[in-house]
Amino acid sequence: MSEQTRHHGPGYGLFVAVWAALMVFTGITVWASTVDLGFLNVVVAMAIASTKAALVVFFFMHLKYESWTLKSMVLLAFVILAIFIGFTFFDTANR
Amino acid sequence: MHEHRDYQGAKMGMWLFLFTEILLFGGLFVLYAVTLGRFPIEFHEASKLLDVTMGTTNTVVLITSSLFAALAVTALQKGNRRLAEVFIGLTVALACCFLVIKYFEWSHKFHMGIYPGSADIADWAPGKQAFFALYYTMTGLHGVHVLIGMALFGWVWWLIRAGKCTSDHYVALENGGLYWHLVDLVWIFLFPLYYLIT
Repeated sequence: MSEQTRHHGPGYGLFVAVWAALMVFTGITVWASTVDLGFLNVVVAMAIASTKAALVVFFFMHLKYESWTLKSMVLLAFVILAIFIGFTFFDTANR
Repeated sequence: MHEHRDYQGAKMGMWLFLFTEILLFGGLFVLYAVTLGRFPIEFHEASKLLDVTMGTTNTVVLITSSLFAALAVTALQKGNRRLAEVFIGLTVALACCFLVIKYFEWSHKFHMGIYPGSADIADWAPGKQAFFALYYTMTGLHGVHVLIGMALFGWVWWLIRAGKCTSDHYVALENGGLYWHLVDLVWIFLFPLYYLIT
């Protein structure tokens, strides 16, 4: 049983620490939305959301402990999504 | 009889499925971004009508449920079956809590006449109407995912009770967890985009 030999993944403590960080970032994003930064508000909110997403993907979803094959696959999926979003804006921004 | 198991393959299959989910929600996020670019002022006005306290509470509830899902996997890996069951129960309880809050939010909006196609918002600016059309579509689709996630955890819980998901063979729980974290991931973006662009 190969599963047993691959007891990857962190213990309870690290998960609780990641959760605490996610709570702090949630607080920061709510606070940041009350500060008027104009267009930058959306940029700041998305930067914080992406940081939170990275914490979820790397720790809760164990990606940090996965093989390079799986890491590359996830990267590829997000690159495709970025191309998809980028090209939509090439189109809509130049109408 | 030897049962064939491919742990890496099972997990990779789950990730492949999650990529299709990312593209599904990704398409809707693109739609949101394009519409926001077109109606920035209307989106800000419409966003103010959402309840930030409820949105924030739901964010805390969902992230905490994600923590319990992650802890359930660790508990089962360590061979602590009973604890894994408790963590799964807590995950589902918080998922339920998320949906109850969502129910109150939606019914309050409905009560005020704010829903796509209602007579009250027929005179609103198109951008404001678009905001709520997207809000109901995206949070609704996300809500359906929460329901599916709860059903999935119910099934995994049964597998554990039946001794079919064990500390030697926990991929069902791990994949259920992956699905749940994706649901959390989508909400992490939905929350600021709808509630915080005031």
